[in-house]
Amino acid sequence: MRNVWTVATNAFREAVRDRVLYNLVFFALLMIGASILVGQISIGIEQTVIVSLGLTATSVIGLMIAIFIGVGLVSKEMDKRTLYALLAKPVERWQFLIGKFIGLVMTLAVNTAMMAAGLYAALWVVKHPLERNDAYVLVAVYLILLKLAIIVALALLFSCLTTPFLAILFTVGIYVAGVFAHDLRTVQAVNLSDGTMRLMRGISYVLPNFENFNVMGAVAHGEAVAWRLVWQATLYALLYCAIVLAAAAAVFSRRNLK
Amino acid sequence: MAKYVIETENLSKEYPYGFLNLKKKTSLEGLNLQVEQGEVFGFLGPNGAGKSTTIKLLMSLIFPTSGTARILGKSIEDVSMHQDVGYLPEQPYFYDYLTAAEVLDYFARFHRLTATDRRARVDRMLKKVGLETAKKIQLRKYSKGMLQRVGMAQAILHDPQVVVLDEPMSGLDPLGRREVRDIILELKKEGRTVLFSTHILSDAETLCDRVGVIVGGKLRGVGTPGEIVGIAAQGMEILFEFTGEAKNLPLLSGATKTGELFRVQVAEMELYATLDQLKAAGARIRSVAQIKPTLEEFFVNLVAADRAQANAVEVSGK
Repeated sequence: MRNVWTVATNAFREAVRDRVLYNLVFFALLMIGASILVGQISIGIEQTVIVSLGLTATSVIGLMIAIFIGVGLVSKEMDKRTLYALLAKPVERWQFLIGKFIGLVMTLAVNTAMMAAGLYAALWVVKHPLERNDAYVLVAVYLILLKLAIIVALALLFSCLTTPFLAILFTVGIYVAGVFAHDLRTVQAVNLSDGTMRLMRGISYVLPNFENFNVMGAVAHGEAVAWRLVWQATLYALLYCAIVLAAAAAVFSRRNLK
Repeated sequence: MAKYVIETENLSKEYPYGFLNLKKKTSLEGLNLQVEQGEVFGFLGPNGAGKSTTIKLLMSLIFPTSGTARILGKSIEDVSMHQDVGYLPEQPYFYDYLTAAEVLDYFARFHRLTATDRRARVDRMLKKVGLETAKKIQLRKYSKGMLQRVGMAQAILHDPQVVVLDEPMSGLDPLGRREVRDIILELKKEGRTVLFSTHILSDAETLCDRVGVIVGGKLRGVGTPGEIVGIAAQGMEILFEFTGEAKNLPLLSGATKTGELFRVQVAEMELYATLDQLKAAGARIRSVAQIKPTLEEFFVNLVAADRAQANAVEVSGK
């Protein structure tokens, strides 16, 4: 576990020194601009607009970091050959992989936490004082983080399997498919055979169901989020990440370096 | 305790290539190699001969197609083996967002060293490789030679029993090469085993107890540098000064003049007669040395025999 933590803290340090957190400046500007504009053009829906915009930006920026940096976690180390000296130390390959995963999730956690702070600041500007239900914005941010952790795990898996470019394509593809996984499961089409329907349902269970993590609409309208949903989503994300990372570790443990 | 520190048995590596990876290129073929405790073993060969492949296999960076290898009696698949092994990759590259001190501290953490011990070792190593004054500069600002020094430092940071160096002199200036040579000799003095690959033959001749020559993925010979090239002297070379009349010294016509010195090569049996002749003519003898085929010549001949590899030869040194 100590090796995993050493790799994780270094991955976090890499992200900070490579100025990944600079995206927060963009987010801050977006929130400042939105809070000024919203006050002028909307009446009574300030909260909905600010929360929707803030959570969407948190999700989109987080997705970009998770996909692009996630794919580079392993492939960059292989291309630059920084892995050579490291894997010649008493470190298991799976420890390196899990350490990298935790390092990027830590980076995303700091990033989303700071964005949540920015979102609350903007919310306070347009409607103070804040209400009890505004606390559910934090739940929405937490669920976004869980979703991003799954994306990082998938990006890691694909980067162990193929080239960085294809890994990005596959990760984006799985993300888009995962957004519609719920629809795939519940689709009722009259012109599809039973076999096709069963296949689609089967695929929908393999794909990550990102609908589980989407409470943006409810939170934007000041509605509460059931704690049961939070626990279920947490367990689902943990299980999904564990399976994907186990597959990535299995592939990476026999991968020849260049 | 295993008899050999490093031991390989029929170690082979094939790389798939072509459409659907159906074709195979053999990079290393049935390598049987034994390195003994406390010796400096040089692994020689031209570029693409299989030196780095062998080292990467030993470090488990790539996996063998067939065969096995052990270091300090442990299988190379056993990660705990790395606790007592230091490795310098060829043209090493490290996290460029870290400073030299940070990168060494990072690697030291994997060896279960305490914070105090880590600090002391990092400072000692940076001093040893001459990077003491640059320790707080990010590696992205380092030259190739400086990175090589960081690589050397991380390889010996944890006092390993076995040190494996892939082209340790690569990219270094003469001073840097001398420092690496000194470190290797120091490691030998401390009783550690060193395996290093090189195509700079003079380094191998100077440093190695034994060398192994590999060409085209096959080991062509193992022995002391002398055994490899044959110890029989091919003649004698005399270096002398002569300021007298040329007619008094007939052998002058067959001598080569370099600066103030003349150089003449004679058969071993003619040595004393030639020395008498020089003495009689008033020449001042500066040195007498045996002419032996160098490892370089042996190496070049081997490579020339393997025409497929001939273009890749890169010989430097003497």
